[in-house]
Amino acid sequence: MPLDTPKRKFKVVGTRPPRPDGLDKVTGRALYGADMTAPGMLTGRILRSPHAHARIKSIDTSAAEALAGVRAVITAADLPVLEDDFIRDIQDNCMARGKALYDGHAVAAVAATDAATARKALKLIKVDYEILPHVTDVDAAMKPGAPVVQKGRTLENVPAGMSENVTSHCEFGHGDLPSGFAKADKIIERSFRTAATHQGYIEPHACLASFTSDGKADLWCCTQGQFFVRTLCAQMMGMEASQLRVTSSEIGGGFGGKTTVFIEPVALALSRKSGRPVKIVMTRDEVFKATGPTVSSSMDIRIGMTRNGRITAGEAHLRYSGGAFPNATIEMGGQAAFAAYDLGAVRTFGWNILTNRPKEAAYRAPGAPMAIYAVESVVDELCQELGLDPLKVRLLNAARKGTKSSYGPTFDDIGLVATLEAATRHPHYTAPLGPNQGRGLSCGFWFNFGGNTCVSLNVNTDGTVGVTEGNPDIGGSRASISLMAAEELGIPYEKVRTFVADTASLGYNDVTDGSRVTFAVGLATIKAARAAIRNMCARAAKIWGIDEEAVEWIDGAACPAGPNAGKFPPMTLAEIAAVSAETGGPIAGHHEVNADGAGVSFGVHLVDVEVDPETGATKVLRYTVFQDAGKAVHPDYVEGQMQGGAVQGIGWALNEEYIYGDDGRLQNAGFLDYRVPVASDLPPIETVILEIPNPGHPYGVRGVGETPIVPPLAAIANAVSRAVGVRMTELPMSPPRLLKALLSKG
Amino acid sequence: MVKVLLWGTLRHATDGQAEVEVEARNFKELLDRLAVMYPGLEPQIRRGVSMALDGRIYREAWFTEIGPDSEVVLMPYMVGG
Repeated sequence: MPLDTPKRKFKVVGTRPPRPDGLDKVTGRALYGADMTAPGMLTGRILRSPHAHARIKSIDTSAAEALAGVRAVITAADLPVLEDDFIRDIQDNCMARGKALYDGHAVAAVAATDAATARKALKLIKVDYEILPHVTDVDAAMKPGAPVVQKGRTLENVPAGMSENVTSHCEFGHGDLPSGFAKADKIIERSFRTAATHQGYIEPHACLASFTSDGKADLWCCTQGQFFVRTLCAQMMGMEASQLRVTSSEIGGGFGGKTTVFIEPVALALSRKSGRPVKIVMTRDEVFKATGPTVSSSMDIRIGMTRNGRITAGEAHLRYSGGAFPNATIEMGGQAAFAAYDLGAVRTFGWNILTNRPKEAAYRAPGAPMAIYAVESVVDELCQELGLDPLKVRLLNAARKGTKSSYGPTFDDIGLVATLEAATRHPHYTAPLGPNQGRGLSCGFWFNFGGNTCVSLNVNTDGTVGVTEGNPDIGGSRASISLMAAEELGIPYEKVRTFVADTASLGYNDVTDGSRVTFAVGLATIKAARAAIRNMCARAAKIWGIDEEAVEWIDGAACPAGPNAGKFPPMTLAEIAAVSAETGGPIAGHHEVNADGAGVSFGVHLVDVEVDPETGATKVLRYTVFQDAGKAVHPDYVEGQMQGGAVQGIGWALNEEYIYGDDGRLQNAGFLDYRVPVASDLPPIETVILEIPNPGHPYGVRGVGETPIVPPLAAIANAVSRAVGVRMTELPMSPPRLLKALLSKG
Repeated sequence: MVKVLLWGTLRHATDGQAEVEVEARNFKELLDRLAVMYPGLEPQIRRGVSMALDGRIYREAWFTEIGPDSEVVLMPYMVGG
């Protein structure tokens, strides 16, 4: 659906009304996953492996089942063996079958009348483990002779002779690398590592499942996609989709980590076995140990540059591990690594490797931040070595309309140059720096998606409008969708209310991922509104006794189109709605689409830091985010996404990491030891929105949720490296690591 | 005929060709014919692919029309967070 007109004047879109969910959230009325209850509800608890890698020889649940108050115990034996690799992996992650693959992997679950009984029952379950050698490091897992996490998972694209932990290989790029490097005046080759980090959402996973004796079930859960939850759970339970209704709660953060299931099939299986509703709420320890962190990575980068700053060739070798199950995140990283640049010779090679860690779940722009961190670090070092301005070098090499991207397609309208120019003009870039301070910048990129979307828009007889959509509101979508409906219908924002439907009330909607919702649901909402408008124009035409084609919609009212249509006063939406029963019945608009044309997004982050040379602690002094957001529907939310991405990236760069002991067990499964940034760690995050219209959306909207987490890793690493005079090549740059680098510098 | 650019790992199935020509009017025909002409591509097509058509990325959309002069790039199936 193309852009209406690049110069459209918006009346409602682009304003900043109060968020519709704000009052409920600040007063505690909003219902999150753990707030659901049902009569007769049982408490579900999960037994988890204390071993990083172990064969499950047997599980004896008899003592637990005999405990008073225990109503059901399940293991993998209570779930079907699925043929499809993708779904079987998700199910095996929810409940280990045959082997425990990481510390915290679920092996059994109980449902009891109260939490104390459930915990007691877990202690009565006897699991006979045969402990196996483990591997948690990505490079170690790739070596020949490393403990094999899962056998038989290697795809056909992996050359023979590699470790069985290597499950997939990918390669992207174009041009001739040797001749590209031959043109360079300076070539830098560096290796980098990044730690696995968790999405860090505040709300733990929680759900309530209720099976009835006739095989129907309801599931309430905090999720980024109730329809996908239904797809997965229905297959795991052997149910027809129509027999399972999934309702999403309010969501306390997801960032990609709630795009799959962990406890939902377990709760359903316990409910089916016990005949009672079962609620499971994860502890924070469980969230860290058993839900998805992002991949850990090891990367080699080689880039050549002329003395005037033109990049002549770029090469990246990326090794990602998303834990104990195969995943495709490496493909995203491989494609994104050099996406910001217009290069004649570029190649990325990617490998996915299994380790005894929890199964990776998506985390904002999965795969991109680490690859771009490594590339942007080398670009920065080349600028330093050659005495070049890092922003001018980015501008010189920036991808723009017509550039053949490093992953294949030719770019259409993109906003990277605009963001770089905005950064150049911004006073932040030329502000003075003090001792032990450094300034860094980085470009960032994300693809953005559209996807399956279904919207229903109903015009009420009092002139108000209800929009029903199928994606949990994780980033302000109810406000944005209401704004777009109001804009299209020509009525005030306050007249529209948007609701999130359960899976029985609307057609399939893809998961809230890929920064898709404001783009795709917005597009479907506009189309649904246009369908309702056509209906309302037809009603007015009937009332006036003229042809439907002789009626047009202007500023929220049906009007005769031109002097030949006759002279009638405009009929407002409210006036048409009030007589809808008399003119043909309820008025509604619907639209269903698999939306494409999301339009890629670029951003540039600029950051100043100060490093304490005695402690190695880094303080972020100033941070500015520049991003091409397309049309910003609700600028508060757009700025919030930009700020949130920057903050999560600051944590990733400076402190956050999964730390494993020699025993393969996670050492820091809690927010006391896994340090996310808090308000006192942060300066105000300044935002500059560039509105380069997306040609694939009627209002020019682009997704904005993922791009902002891509640049911070490199921007901060570049700032820290310049501050301390040592190129930092491993994340996080925690105080001990930074102090070590300072001491080694002498 | 439509020229289709493949990502590097797929070239093992096309005798090293980075670009292949296929008679196809839409995304579905393109995938079906690629799988027949180059059976080594079939496992990847079954796992999922995206298509960039003149710079715009499509994740499914079987019946997206492909013009004879369109730029067609096969990409891995996209996932996001």
